[in-house]
Amino acid sequence: MRIDEKGERIPLTIADFDAQKGTITIIFQEVGKTTKLLGLLNEGDCISDFMGPLGNPTKIEKYGRVVCVGGGVGVASIPLKAKALGEAGNEIISIIGARTKELLILEEELQKISDELYITTDDGSKGHHGFVTDILKKLIDERKNIDLVVTVGPVIMMKAVANVTRPHNIRTIASLNPIMVDGTGMCGSCRVRVDGRTQFTCVDGPEFDAHRVDFDHLMTRLQRYLTEEKLSLDGAGLG
Amino acid sequence: MTLRIPMLEQDPEKRIQNFGEVALGYSADKAVSEAKRCLQCSEPGCIKGCPVGVDIPDFIECIKGGNFDEAIRIVRKKNHLPAICGRVCPHENQCEKFCLLGKKGEPVAIGKLERFVADYERQKGFKISSKPKSTGKKVAVVGSGPAGITVSADLAKLGHGVTLFEALHAPGGVLVYGIPGFRLPKEIVRAEIDYIKKFGVSIKTGVVIGKTISLDELLEEFDAVFIGTGAGLPRWMDIPGEDLCGVYSANEFLTRINLMGAYLFPEYDTPIREGKKVAVVGGGNVAMDSARVALRLGADEVCILYRRTEKEMTARQEEIEHSKEEGIKFKFLTLPTKILGDEKGWVKKIECVLMELGEPDKSGRRKPIVIKNSEFTIDVDTVIIAIGQSPNPLISRTTEGLQVTEKGTLVVDGNGMTSKGGVFAGGDIVSGAATVIESMGAGKLAARAIHEYISKK
Repeated sequence: MRIDEKGERIPLTIADFDAQKGTITIIFQEVGKTTKLLGLLNEGDCISDFMGPLGNPTKIEKYGRVVCVGGGVGVASIPLKAKALGEAGNEIISIIGARTKELLILEEELQKISDELYITTDDGSKGHHGFVTDILKKLIDERKNIDLVVTVGPVIMMKAVANVTRPHNIRTIASLNPIMVDGTGMCGSCRVRVDGRTQFTCVDGPEFDAHRVDFDHLMTRLQRYLTEEKLSLDGAGLG
Repeated sequence: MTLRIPMLEQDPEKRIQNFGEVALGYSADKAVSEAKRCLQCSEPGCIKGCPVGVDIPDFIECIKGGNFDEAIRIVRKKNHLPAICGRVCPHENQCEKFCLLGKKGEPVAIGKLERFVADYERQKGFKISSKPKSTGKKVAVVGSGPAGITVSADLAKLGHGVTLFEALHAPGGVLVYGIPGFRLPKEIVRAEIDYIKKFGVSIKTGVVIGKTISLDELLEEFDAVFIGTGAGLPRWMDIPGEDLCGVYSANEFLTRINLMGAYLFPEYDTPIREGKKVAVVGGGNVAMDSARVALRLGADEVCILYRRTEKEMTARQEEIEHSKEEGIKFKFLTLPTKILGDEKGWVKKIECVLMELGEPDKSGRRKPIVIKNSEFTIDVDTVIIAIGQSPNPLISRTTEGLQVTEKGTLVVDGNGMTSKGGVFAGGDIVSGAATVIESMGAGKLAARAIHEYISKK
């Protein structure tokens, strides 16, 4: 989306949609200029552009027992996936985490969709005091047969999830969130390294085999414009 | 033999400080003087050299007589984007190549004259006689680059209802995201697009065919579909270090600047790295554009690395000359083999080898061969890869029944129809990366075929 004529194009996750009403739901965290400006809008206000959906849809099949691991604002994309996977006959266990309880989202929705829901906060203000991977490790130890792990959230968290499931050979899918410009495969800003090969997240992804993704490389590339992002925020008096 | 009348240009030292247009155009007097050079050949070669067949001697004759309105009317009969073609066509390889004057001296400056009459018309304000009568037929055009614009305009003029879909937020395709404003000001693209809107073409931006709406859904609603999605996929060299921070595809670099206005950051939100020592890899127009943009962003040194020699470069002569005037350095017979980064993942150096030219290859150009033990490195903080683009696979990946070649281009018959009934295609998505005017030529052919197809339906 692009907020106004001078705005940047940023990728956002579709959290929900209603084809009959012709609406989609997005959930965003106010971190940069665009999202902070978005947060200032009121009902009935307009944004300049919105395009999509982009990338490939999640593969919905019957896998068996599926664990969905979401962190921070990445949780936004869990309910749609979990719901569809549940309807396909999978057992759904959801683990969601945030820095602190105020940043936890979609708890109620996930309660309804999931067979089990676990909550973690870094500061212990709600649920398990610690990380989503603590719960994931416990689940793996307790129950041998986890067939799929789906993870969305901060890169560092997805990397940790992949590291937990790798020794157990549990299929793990991560949904990546690099910097994009056009979103149609044209520029390559969102290129990531998967299995040593360059892939474009916008058209080849956003979901990749988490065991093959070079998360460190992704983290480095996400920091390309840190200075400019700060400048942009401060310039707009939003810093 | 008289020499061609030169066009006023911004002084190189001044223009590298701004993104304003480099070539400033002819005055009316100069245009008339240049038009007088035309020999009005009885069998003009120039028309054959023009992919859309503009009646060149006729419009030049009108300029000579001072009848600029008639001149632009003649151009517009065949070419919907004269202000654009007058600026970016490789005239020296097309119309001007066949000019009789060029055999012994300088050919007539056909491109500059085309630009002159188009600018004259735009400054005066467009006039459209009357909208054609509606045929009730509907055509969807996918992609608003030169091919899509041409098809849309041709079909709308015949009275068909045309909807033009564009994935990005602004129509124009490569004219908007690819070609920088100093070569093609964006207000000119907007004006030409406004012109085709006057024929009733409806433009929908932010719609990704294959994602937002499938091609098959379009076929349910429209009598025919034209695909002109271009060659938007950047090619990489497949060398180590290409995904370091500070390495851009030319597409990303130029899109950030041209479409997103990153040169005006932070007034515009999209940032760009303002490199101080920049290497651009490639020898085409896109490489020249990238290099000149980097210079305007404040680089101390911009160097083009090209594996062949100047003779084999595919860039327009004018762009090479302008680049040289502006201080872009050229390292010919140089092939990058590795990009080296610092501990934080940013570009630091580029390693290259020297080449020599061997026997001609498939393209007819002498093939560059690596000279052994010729490795050397150059200190850089930004690298831009401008070695070409491949067709965009978005539609072929999401549509059943579209035959695609190994190169990813769409297969079409002599009428521009794909293997899927009612679906036509043209421009770079069929030919592979080519020029604006060649895409327009393909668009003209397809428009004729679509008209016949839907008229029979």
